[in-house]
Amino acid sequence: MQILTSSVGRKILMAITGQLMVLFVVVHLLGNSSIYIGADGINAYAKHLHDLGPLVWVFRLAMLSLLSVHVLFGIQLTLENSAASPQAYAVKNYRKATFASDNMIWTGLLILVFLVYHLMQFTARVTPDIVQGVDTAGRYDVFTMVLTSFQKGGIAFIYVAAMVVLFLHLSHGIQSFFQTVGWNNDKTLPVITKLAKVVAVVFLVGYSSIPVFILTGILSK
Amino acid sequence: MSDHKTMTLTLIVWRQKNANDSGKFETYTAKDITEHHSFLEMLDVVNEDLINAGKEPIVFDHDCREGICGMCSQVVNGMPHGGQERTTLCQLHMRKFKDGDTIYIEPWRARAFPIVKDLVVDRSALDTIIQAGGYTSCHTGGVPDANTIMIPKPIAEEATDAAECIGCGACVAGCPNSAAMLFTGAKVSQLALLPQGRPEAAQRVTNMLQAMKDCGFGNCTNHYECQAACPKGIDVKFIARMNREYLKALFA
Ligand code: HEM
Ligand code: SF4
Ligand code: FES
Repeated sequence: MQILTSSVGRKILMAITGQLMVLFVVVHLLGNSSIYIGADGINAYAKHLHDLGPLVWVFRLAMLSLLSVHVLFGIQLTLENSAASPQAYAVKNYRKATFASDNMIWTGLLILVFLVYHLMQFTARVTPDIVQGVDTAGRYDVFTMVLTSFQKGGIAFIYVAAMVVLFLHLSHGIQSFFQTVGWNNDKTLPVITKLAKVVAVVFLVGYSSIPVFILTGILSK
Repeated sequence: MSDHKTMTLTLIVWRQKNANDSGKFETYTAKDITEHHSFLEMLDVVNEDLINAGKEPIVFDHDCREGICGMCSQVVNGMPHGGQERTTLCQLHMRKFKDGDTIYIEPWRARAFPIVKDLVVDRSALDTIIQAGGYTSCHTGGVPDANTIMIPKPIAEEATDAAECIGCGACVAGCPNSAAMLFTGAKVSQLALLPQGRPEAAQRVTNMLQAMKDCGFGNCTNHYECQAACPKGIDVKFIARMNREYLKALFA
């Protein structure tokens, strides 16, 4: 399979898997914002998801495959790139590259670490901060669980920091997708670059607002 | 001679005897430089002083000195061709510098461009990419009449924009990944845009990208440093076009 070995082929696979995960990031943000409706919002939403039964696992496996392809090619391509430029310049003056574009592998790996923590916490529910219970309607009480965890400053901080890292990754990654799959030209590039930054900011503000509002007491029972 | 003020500059230049030598920076003083000297003429002045002092001159590539051949190739203060927009190093003039400036001069650095001596690198990897598909197969013989194949003006112009590439390799030198995507993208696009290039378009893009990889160039991460480095202003839209051509070839 040529696409699995060629330079552009692997880039395209990374771009598509990355962008599909961005779609997930959108949907996940919409789902999470049901917390602003209160316990009834997010607990009902969580119950709907879990009622999907085996479909939940189909979805999880699909996400795991996307992530694996993205991460494995990401690491492989990055290693090839450093091997292709073995000797650094004594003086290097970047004019277009940004902190975000230059650190994709590191922001990516940090997202991976965060993802493991996040899943252990709110999906597997094995971290010490987790309180488990049911609400008055007999549903699993996600609202209280999230509230209790984010009332701890350290945990809220980890989440906001992770969202800054995700912002960096996507502020380069979203526009990079369009260039990689060839949906780009000199007229669209500046527009796509701006819109992609706006989307990345929306993710940053949207996701971070939850731990920030909980920690500051604006969002409470 | 008019009363032009002259400049004195400190040059920190990469010196390397051959591909196996580890190389190091040497410091030189460039004296009596006027703002009318081109960058290469400035090095000529320094080299004359070095030769008069019985020392080895700094070896660098150059040919036309008028911005069209693509031979000159030095990274000056961390920017290929010195960083002036759409300018080859031979067309960069010393008026861009000030008396007393310190200037770092390094060769193109990429695994695919081994250093031959000092600032001269071997860029035949770019030829290898061209040999893999940067041509159209056509019959020799009588010259066909002009305009037998009609090509819309915007298409012809876009192909010509891509064809402006002079093969200098600054895009590789400027790329943090040492990718040759702007060069390859320009060559693929130039031919893919024209009717004469269509029959071989799929095999061309596949083979040229394979050659790029085999030569040891890196992979694109869309930093767009190449476009900033390119003395001909080749646009990264040609990389996007090559990627489209690649996808077409995949499903062809
Ligand atoms: C929520 C998870 C993630 C999302 C939504 C995401 C999204 C993206 C997107 C859209 C791109 C641009 C694709 C392209 O055009 O090349 C990208 C590139 C990249 N990602 Fe991710 N990514 C995620 C996680 C990761 C992880 C865990 C790694 C760890 C290795 C990683 C490493 C990279 C690298 C190395 C690039 C290439 C940089 C480039 O081409 O500029 N990503 N990512
Ligand atoms: S694309 Fe520009 S920088 Fe690259 S080889 Fe061609 S002329 Fe030189
Ligand atoms: S010497 Fe020919 S382009 Fe500079």
